[in-house]
Amino acid sequence: MKLLYFAWLRAKIGIAEETVELPAGVATVGALLDWLKRRGPGFADALRDASVVRVAVNQTYVPWDHPIKAGDEVALFPPVTGG
Amino acid sequence: MIRVQREDFDVGAEIERLSRGRPGIGGIVSFVGVVRGAAGGEQIGAMTLEHYPGMTEKLLAEIEAEARQRWPLEDALVIHRYGRLEPGERIVLVITAAAHRQAAFEACEFLVDWLKTKAPFWKLEETPSGPRWVEARASDDQATKRWVAE
Repeated sequence: MKLLYFAWLRAKIGIAEETVELPAGVATVGALLDWLKRRGPGFADALRDASVVRVAVNQTYVPWDHPIKAGDEVALFPPVTGG
Repeated sequence: MIRVQREDFDVGAEIERLSRGRPGIGGIVSFVGVVRGAAGGEQIGAMTLEHYPGMTEKLLAEIEAEARQRWPLEDALVIHRYGRLEPGERIVLVITAAAHRQAAFEACEFLVDWLKTKAPFWKLEETPSGPRWVEARASDDQATKRWVAE
């Protein structure tokens, strides 16, 4: 699974992207966020407030209960500020 | 048509290209977003626009398709820049062309509202007190929601 981080989430986590094995028992976006939070202080800090984290799976916005599978591209980022 | 690019754009040339030889067009509306020189009482030295390559193009194309479905447009164009931009520089261009002005005005406003709240761009401002990520504004969400209520 490919993970992408943008804007201040990337700055806090310290990397822009990585490839990880889908952990056993992680089947939804929400479960993935819970797993990521436990990976280190940068992750915990970046993901502390889930209300300011947006998630896209395969470049489509999804809710927390969206299923994820091996091979997905999962992007985490703050609310967008374009225009 | 949508474009995501680092380079600047020429508004007049884009309008000309979009409308030349199109007798069905009776009205053209354009919106140009530029970098402000100050925000929240602080001076802005420059801002860097980050985006999600691939998803940005996909989202902008979806937003354009939605506008074309809602209004009888002859054509539409969205250009959004990324990278480091200084105050006064152009960020975004939206052009809508229709037989009559109302569709062009409404569709242009719709496109700008939607790309502000949907397109995956983030702004990092350079201020005298250091770099600062621009936060999403509730007023932008409200502006987008009014199109849903209709």
